[in-house]
Amino acid sequence: MRIQVNVNGESREADVEPRLLLVHFIRDVLGLTGTHWGCDTSNCGACTVHLDGEPVKSCTVLAVRANGHEVITIEGVSQGADLSLLQQGFREEHGLQCGFCTPGMIMTATALLERTPRPSEDEIREAISGNLCRCTGYQYIIRSIEWAAKHGAPTQVEVMP
Amino acid sequence: MAVETRQGHTFGDRMPRKEDGRFIRGRGHYVDDIQLPGMLHSAILRSPFAHARINGIDVSAALDHPKVRAVITGKDLEEQGLAWMPTIAGDTQAVLATDKVRFQGQEVAFVVADDRYSAQDALELIEVDYEPLPVIVETPRALDPDAPVIRDDKAEQTNNIIFEWEHGDREATERAFEQADVTVKQEMIYPRVHPAPMETCGAVADYDVGTEKMTLWVTSQAPHAHRTLAAIVTGLPEQQIRIISPDIGGGFGNKVPIYPGYVCVAVASLVLGRPVKWMESRAENLMSTSFARDYHMVGEIAANKDGNILGVRVDVLSDHGAFNAHAQPGDIWPMGFFAIFPSCYDAPAAYAEATGVYSNKAPGGIAYRCSFRVTEAIYLMERTMDVLADELGMDPVELRRKNLIPAEKQPYESVMGWTYDGGDYHAALDEALRIADYQALLEEQKEAREQGRIMGIGVSTFTEIVGAGPKKKCHIAGLEMFDSAELRIHPTGKAVLKIGVQSQGQGHETTFAQIVAGELGIPAEDVDVHHGDTDHTPYGLGTYGSRSTPVGGAAAAVVSRKIREKAKKIAAHLLEAAEGDLEWVDGGFQVKGSPGQRKEMGEIAFAAYTNTPPDEEAGLEGVAYYDPPEMTYPFGAYICVVEIDKGTGQVDVKRFIAVDDCGVRINPMIVEGQIHGGLAQGIGTALMEVIEFDEEGNHLNSNFMDYLIPTSMEVPKEWETGETVTPSTHHPLGARGVAESPTVGSPAAVVNAVVDALSPYGVRHVDMPLKPAKIWQILRENRVEPF
Repeated sequence: MRIQVNVNGESREADVEPRLLLVHFIRDVLGLTGTHWGCDTSNCGACTVHLDGEPVKSCTVLAVRANGHEVITIEGVSQGADLSLLQQGFREEHGLQCGFCTPGMIMTATALLERTPRPSEDEIREAISGNLCRCTGYQYIIRSIEWAAKHGAPTQVEVMP
Repeated sequence: MAVETRQGHTFGDRMPRKEDGRFIRGRGHYVDDIQLPGMLHSAILRSPFAHARINGIDVSAALDHPKVRAVITGKDLEEQGLAWMPTIAGDTQAVLATDKVRFQGQEVAFVVADDRYSAQDALELIEVDYEPLPVIVETPRALDPDAPVIRDDKAEQTNNIIFEWEHGDREATERAFEQADVTVKQEMIYPRVHPAPMETCGAVADYDVGTEKMTLWVTSQAPHAHRTLAAIVTGLPEQQIRIISPDIGGGFGNKVPIYPGYVCVAVASLVLGRPVKWMESRAENLMSTSFARDYHMVGEIAANKDGNILGVRVDVLSDHGAFNAHAQPGDIWPMGFFAIFPSCYDAPAAYAEATGVYSNKAPGGIAYRCSFRVTEAIYLMERTMDVLADELGMDPVELRRKNLIPAEKQPYESVMGWTYDGGDYHAALDEALRIADYQALLEEQKEAREQGRIMGIGVSTFTEIVGAGPKKKCHIAGLEMFDSAELRIHPTGKAVLKIGVQSQGQGHETTFAQIVAGELGIPAEDVDVHHGDTDHTPYGLGTYGSRSTPVGGAAAAVVSRKIREKAKKIAAHLLEAAEGDLEWVDGGFQVKGSPGQRKEMGEIAFAAYTNTPPDEEAGLEGVAYYDPPEMTYPFGAYICVVEIDKGTGQVDVKRFIAVDDCGVRINPMIVEGQIHGGLAQGIGTALMEVIEFDEEGNHLNSNFMDYLIPTSMEVPKEWETGETVTPSTHHPLGARGVAESPTVGSPAAVVNAVVDALSPYGVRHVDMPLKPAKIWQILRENRVEPF
């Protein structure tokens, strides 16, 4: 069936099978490979994107469900050389190693900071508890999110110093 | 020509990672991100049985599927001599089953289709006639005289024994046990666990019929070794094979072996002349790619009444699954480096014997964030030490302090034949005790017990053995375990370093640049590090067993120093001075006693291409293949504090203190990150992770709903890390490698803490994982009030 989805501010249309998962629509149809696939069962969160502003695990959302809606992926949180504060925070505080969970982590954290600009450590831990990371032991991810919270609004885009 | 001065980051700095720029933008390039024109997709049909004879496979309905391009079975591969492949342990493994399936999830058929959904659909159209056979799930069952022989494909195999191994001095150890005041013996299982990197395994094969070149993008921790093995197995000329290991989403040992999917995808591309992608699902990853551990161990220590160790004795039954795909540095090491088990203790006698067996489980076992079985050895030793402390009524810290190898005995010759590369173990323990405030913790525990809370303190001190290896001792399928670095300095003083090791998240692009920066005075920002592409990097054995820094890092230092030697000749030419009159100071050469007469590295580099001395070749390039004289021995002292919920049995890790000595730190931030991650994995092993089977060999937890790995909620609020720095006695940079210490040292610290918490109830040992149900059972048996 034909769907139209607003992805990162652009209208994208495609003919898709009704069973196509949103993560495969984003990755294979649109070629936006920053959204990763890691588990099939919505446990790992590597595929987290925003659907109408809410973080969702795109491996358990059908692409047709996004028809007529707005999707933001990791590619949509920064423009060119500019990075979001969360992206900067992850770099400053060593919030990543292999980088595979990072886009999903940043999408979840972006949604958290939009709702709660100054989250407590416990709130951060709870917010990212559906995003698995096998590399970092989480402490520096939490510091990365705190860095962004300390430096301003999450949607604010700043040029790297 | 502008003068280059040292700006930016160098060796030893907490430099933000160079690779992060692409990852935080979602612009990493992992195997599954590869899209090629005309690329086909694939899926693997896997056995639903743990052990069954295959009486027939009918693929006709699958072939009739309009989007299916090919279906490959073991029979098809057999015709090409590819139905079986060698493992790195010298065994054979079925690529696609021909005669029998030997574990649930074993590869039976390979479907290639236009898209990944169609390939999956077609799997259901394949009919396989299976005849179920009796299974071996419980490891000791493999040794029963009436046990089914799993590897009846091997004529010489009349039972399930893979190897019988012994090491150490049996008689001396027996004498020690006879003369001892105290002996303890503890059985324990190090359960079967999975590395479970966030990215599963996969490959894209692209055979170009025009150039006859095979390009394989593979989730590989060892691309060069994979290329050579691919050439040997397939018969393709090695120069016509290019292996690219792009960004890898975590390895932890999972991506060292060659998996059947890699072979199938290459065969499919050869047959079809089109690129083919294979990417396993999470269930496939947990069911079929390499597990780790599954060691059934008995540890014994003999001591005098003061707690001085007289001897250590170990008996191991190791379960390798259906095919022995053990990660080991050569055929003389069927137990890897397990013989490190006397560890950081001054044990006068030690002896180990072990038997490796087949079972109807997935093949392995690989070294999960582990230098070839060090993890099992240290867990065994640290658990048994606590049992000895309990027997002696001695504080576990005091017992350890008494037996740690004194610093003055370094470099220490162990009874097991290792030569340690320096270390002050007492200093590391003291630092951990200081951070923990151990005396205060003991007081707190006393109070907690008075209040009816269940609190425990666990200690673990250890040495690792990493950085394989000296090439005379260690090899992978005959390939000696050196490693390499090739350095090119461009005319403008910028550099490209190509390395034989490969990153799966360790940050090589940053740390290796920092090594060059430290040696040559070029800012790390100006050193581009290339890795993972066999067409564009020098030969290397890959990244596992914490060998990147000890071996590859040393190669980077050595090649930098070679370049510096040539730079000196050029500088002498430019300064019209004798080489002997020059000295290297802060990134440049200057005339001794005359710092004004000086040439920076940038100027020297420019001259290497514009104004070379008459007797020198142009250019400023070099290559080094480094053979370490010995392995390196990072060590540490860990303390874990837990509290147990009396109602649920849930173990809460309140604090974790980790003091590591990995020698000189190239980038302290990256080192800390590695330690944090390894500690989380160790806590996962201790408290949550185990691959479970039912009595028919059905895999019971092949997803992240049932195979639990730590989330942000299961780890302590802060990893309390500390350091001591004892430079390695032989590494050119004094570095040792670090990434595996935390997974090696932490499980014992956690289990020791939990056992300590439960010790008032007479508990001396509990096998991992310490899931709430297991602890709950102990609490209820001891009639602990739940509230």
